[in-house]
Amino acid sequence: MTQESKEQQTPTSATRPNVLEARDVTILYGDSPAVRNADLVIPEHQISSIIGPSGCGKSTLLRAFNRMNEFIPICSMKGSILYRGDDIYDQGVDPVEVRRRIGMVFQKPNPFPKSIFRNVAWGPAINGYEGDPRELVESALRSAALWDEVKDRLDSSALGLSGGQQQRLCIARALAMQPEVILMDEPCSALDPVSTAHIEDLLFALKKEYTIVIVTHNMQQAARVSDYTAFFETGVLIEYGETDQVFTRPAQKRTEEYVTGRFG
Amino acid sequence: MSGTPKTGTNLEKRRRQARMFRFLCAAMTWLAVIVLAILLVHITKQGIKWVDLQFLTSFPSRFPDQAGIKSALVGTLWLIGLTALVSIPFGMASAIYLEEYAKRGKLSTFIQINIANLAGVPSIVYGMLGLVIFVRFFALGRSLIAGALTMSLLILPVIIIASREAIRAVPGSIRQAAYALGATRWQTVRDHVLPSALPGILTGVILALSRAIGETAPLVMIGALTYVAFLPEGPLDAFTALPIQIFNWASRPQEDFHSLAAGGIIVLLVVLLAMNASAILIRQKTQQGKQ
Repeated sequence: MTQESKEQQTPTSATRPNVLEARDVTILYGDSPAVRNADLVIPEHQISSIIGPSGCGKSTLLRAFNRMNEFIPICSMKGSILYRGDDIYDQGVDPVEVRRRIGMVFQKPNPFPKSIFRNVAWGPAINGYEGDPRELVESALRSAALWDEVKDRLDSSALGLSGGQQQRLCIARALAMQPEVILMDEPCSALDPVSTAHIEDLLFALKKEYTIVIVTHNMQQAARVSDYTAFFETGVLIEYGETDQVFTRPAQKRTEEYVTGRFG
Repeated sequence: MSGTPKTGTNLEKRRRQARMFRFLCAAMTWLAVIVLAILLVHITKQGIKWVDLQFLTSFPSRFPDQAGIKSALVGTLWLIGLTALVSIPFGMASAIYLEEYAKRGKLSTFIQINIANLAGVPSIVYGMLGLVIFVRFFALGRSLIAGALTMSLLILPVIIIASREAIRAVPGSIRQAAYALGATRWQTVRDHVLPSALPGILTGVILALSRAIGETAPLVMIGALTYVAFLPEGPLDAFTALPIQIFNWASRPQEDFHSLAAGGIIVLLVVLLAMNASAILIRQKTQQGKQ
């Protein structure tokens, strides 16, 4: 990696503290590396997107931010991931606590086969939330722009919702935990354009209160919604910078080729 | 026609094969149903006139007119109840451990293969095991609890296998969703995996208990009595069970006792159907809110 690209990897302005920081992260599946020596910082209250061709390790890196790779037996990680300066992979850190603060929305909408209300209320309930669950459910559903569509049928099954509604329910479910960061793994890839537009509008609204990291293979989406963009290829972070700069004046040749659609 | 495309040429033959296959499957199904129906009709014709209140409330007797299955019916209910109490918790806990906690590896594969093998071991072998371990070693005697523990050993493999399949069928995305909300393994299993797997687990449990209710050999082996003129009052009492009573009647030379055996079979079938019905009810109840 060239010196030039190293400098690209700390694009944040001094005024915004970093919420998450990946330091020299290498992630292996068995012996084959999915992510190699990645350094990445995620600034507060911004939307950072990770783009790259299929199999470039972007989802793997995202899942490292809330220790979700631990459920894959052959997956191992080197390097460190700092959350507010503390390594979340330290010995004494409980992964349950990490995931409580760093929420996640998955590629395929995966609501629980329960009522809409239960879907949102469950996370806080098991984490000892003592307030009024109805208030919490309403505010989470409002934040996810879903309240008006479901307020009259909170007790009906979440599986009766459309794909786009299910995904917004999953976002509401993550929001109900009042996390600081929301990781989104290609949240729109299973959705139609209208639902996708809904979710993108939602992202803009959410970034006032949350730090968002979104993995997407849709470059237009990254260009539209994100403040910072990281481009990965074959597990290597090629370029990281402000979205405008990455898309209009990329420093690396490969980035330019990718964002102009010449491969990937 | 020289212009006919090659792919369409044997369409008639393929259709014929499809029809034949369909016919074959339907014939097999109906054959099985018909044999079962003949069996049921035969049993019912022979035994239904004996099944009345007197039959259900009397103890066995030398005289067919006064004979009943009270002690066998009560013994079977005790036995199945105790067997369920022992085998369901053990079976479900083992399945949950093997699916959700145990590391995948050689040992887990070894255990899995052996459980599958145990499901195929003849029941008489479990009877001998029960005789040596529960009746003699633990000195439980020819008691209900010894019978129930033996039956539990017999059906545990079936329950474990069925429960594992049901737990494995729960989509991983549900577990991931729960973990991503900061749930512990236990919370995930309790609130999501088990409720989703419950219909499948219940099916396995009912199948297993249905097998246990009809088993005779292990009970004969551990020495359940054939003539019991009292009701068991606790798990440590001696007992008899429906299949033993039926076997006992069927082996007598008099024709009337054969009809009594048929009556006993009808009662056994009714108990079995009642168990299945309750399982379906529970299943429907647990599935509410999912569709």
